[in-house]
Amino acid sequence: MVQDVRARIGAIIAVHLGTEAETERREKRRYKREMTHYYLGYLSLALYIASFLCYARYLYVPDLWLGRMATFLLAGGIVMHYFALLERSRWIHTVPYNDLYGSMSLFAWLLGITYLGLELFHRQRSVGAFVTLLLIVWIVLLSVLAPNEAPPPPPARGPLFAFHVTLETWAYAAFALSFVLSLIYLGQDRVLRSRKLAAPFWRFPALDVLDRMARSSVYVGLVALITGIILGFVWEHRLSGGFSWGDPKVVITLAILAAYVAYLRLSRSTAWRGARAAKLCAFNFVVVLFSYTFVNLYLTRFHRFF
Amino acid sequence: MPTLTNTKRTGAAKIDVALIGCSHHTAPVEIRERVTFSPEQAVAAAEELRKRGILEEAVVLSTCNRSELYGVPTERDNSVAEAMEIFLTSFHGVPRADLNGRLYRWNGPDAVRHLFRVASGLDSMMLGEAEILGQLRTAYTQALDHGSTGPVLNRMFQGAIEVGKRVRSETEVGARPMSVALAGVKLAERVFGNLKGHSALILGAGAVAEQVVENLRNRGIGRLRVVNRSLDHAEELARKMGGEAIEWSSLERVLGVPDIVIASVGGTGAVLTRALLERAISAREGRPMFVVDLGVPRNITDDAAGLYNLYLYNIDDLGEIVEQNKKAREAEVPRAEAIVAEHIAKFESWRAALEAGSIVDDLRDSFHKHREMLIREKLAEMNDVSPEERARIAHITEELIERVLEQPSQKLRRSREMRGHLAGLDALRHLFGLDAPKDEGKD
Repeated sequence: MVQDVRARIGAIIAVHLGTEAETERREKRRYKREMTHYYLGYLSLALYIASFLCYARYLYVPDLWLGRMATFLLAGGIVMHYFALLERSRWIHTVPYNDLYGSMSLFAWLLGITYLGLELFHRQRSVGAFVTLLLIVWIVLLSVLAPNEAPPPPPARGPLFAFHVTLETWAYAAFALSFVLSLIYLGQDRVLRSRKLAAPFWRFPALDVLDRMARSSVYVGLVALITGIILGFVWEHRLSGGFSWGDPKVVITLAILAAYVAYLRLSRSTAWRGARAAKLCAFNFVVVLFSYTFVNLYLTRFHRFF
Repeated sequence: MPTLTNTKRTGAAKIDVALIGCSHHTAPVEIRERVTFSPEQAVAAAEELRKRGILEEAVVLSTCNRSELYGVPTERDNSVAEAMEIFLTSFHGVPRADLNGRLYRWNGPDAVRHLFRVASGLDSMMLGEAEILGQLRTAYTQALDHGSTGPVLNRMFQGAIEVGKRVRSETEVGARPMSVALAGVKLAERVFGNLKGHSALILGAGAVAEQVVENLRNRGIGRLRVVNRSLDHAEELARKMGGEAIEWSSLERVLGVPDIVIASVGGTGAVLTRALLERAISAREGRPMFVVDLGVPRNITDDAAGLYNLYLYNIDDLGEIVEQNKKAREAEVPRAEAIVAEHIAKFESWRAALEAGSIVDDLRDSFHKHREMLIREKLAEMNDVSPEERARIAHITEELIERVLEQPSQKLRRSREMRGHLAGLDALRHLFGLDAPKDEGKD
């Protein structure tokens, strides 16, 4: 009897000690991932800054190898950023968009990817300095605004939902890029009309190139947005058997979709082609920002994740 | 390490570079055209300068704005420039008096600086022009192919080409258009990007319009149409420009097609009104139109500038842009000069290293000469020394010289600072009597 009790107590202690060791191991692993995420994050930021410096210098000195170096550094930054996001997901056991920090970081990463794709497609590096600067400002902003603490693990929503949110974020990133390109277009147009050509003017891309790049970016954004919306509806239908048409986020997303489709059509029309279309594109992004910030934080209940 | 034949002549391996020439700064075109060299003449002149023993290495650079002879003198004295000048005048059969005050003479670092500035476009008539670098490269390549260059001029001209490239890529000296014609085309590129596949319409014709067309052609412009009040004239111009002639009456019909319009109709006043251009843009479905008005009086009414998607520049606008660009290029000169200075220092360092290497060789020669004399004198008095002992003494003294020279030799070759101390090297030469010609030494 006494021996039995001793054996049982021994077993309980052993299990307890084992669990403690396991917990300790898990904590260590978690800490390691947290640290790795930080280091990779800093490394990607450093690469973005180096890339920005090369792109900015490239504006001044259009040396082919300098341009290639800028692209290479940006690609390196994007790869490091991906691993940083991956480590963060492993650390907090959730997709990166579950909190403001992760969401903003994912946005920056997708913006970088979209720009890199456009740069390679259009073979145009002159706007790289502006995009990488935006990336850097965005990352610094997210470090200041969004607390980088582990959020509570979210309820499991499945891969369909993950794709839905990622694609919507990608659409926003592509629209942000078209916004930057449109602003540069408007600046260039203004300078050309004023006939007072400052030094950097000669280094900026041509109006036609800016227009085509902005349109390409909007195309990427629209494809991502439409696919994301469809996946969102499918996921919701599976979950509840219906659709929440009345949710402000759904309404404004459909409005954004309509606004960008209108931009694509009008930008080829006689009356709107050129600066007017660029203004419309810039305005559309203001609506996107409104949706991303105000609607997410205050209006929708269904789409609020953080 | 290249061997320098001037050491054979003087014993003092001081490497010098000499230059004489004239350019738009010193001589008017009437003089410059009399001393210009064709490519064949340039090769022959370089060869002749070497054959006559005036220069050991020679390169002739001749463009429409300058004729220059570069070389490494075989003798280190002040008469080299004189000899080069005599050669230049006799080669072209020009009386020396005609070139009085027209020629410049540089030697040493000043000659290097001049070449580097020429390569950078800093000495050009149009600051920063790119053509000179190609001309310099051609002159050098030709001389190299014909074996008239050597280690010094190779280094100097390769350095010049590098300086030229750096100045153009790292500064704005060569950037931005400097002529009205090029400014117009560059502005069109700011609107359309690559001009390949785009079309242009030339209204009338003038010298600047022809230059614009030439620049458009160089950029691969697609369709080119010429409209003139006289169809015959239009056809003649179209043939000349490689385009298609259109009747004046069809102007409005064809105005909606081109992306670029160059108007240069003389003495008629406005030929394109706002309403006409508005209809043209409408026919183009709002696609942007770039219009250059080179006419005086203006060919396009001023109110057309406000049209949506129409970019209108007149001759004054382009002139102002060229003026701005000129100022911007001038502002970049200090940066370009800094690059030139950096490369001069590099060249001088290399030159000093060559000289430093040769001073040890000269010292060794001097020590050996004294050693031989000493051994001959002293051993002649020692009758009891066996041949083996004599050989041993000779060997020991030889080793002593090598040991004494080993350290300075290594230091001179390795130390950058020592290489830079040209004045110190001169003092060393003087101290050991290496600056006197060898022939004198023998006497």
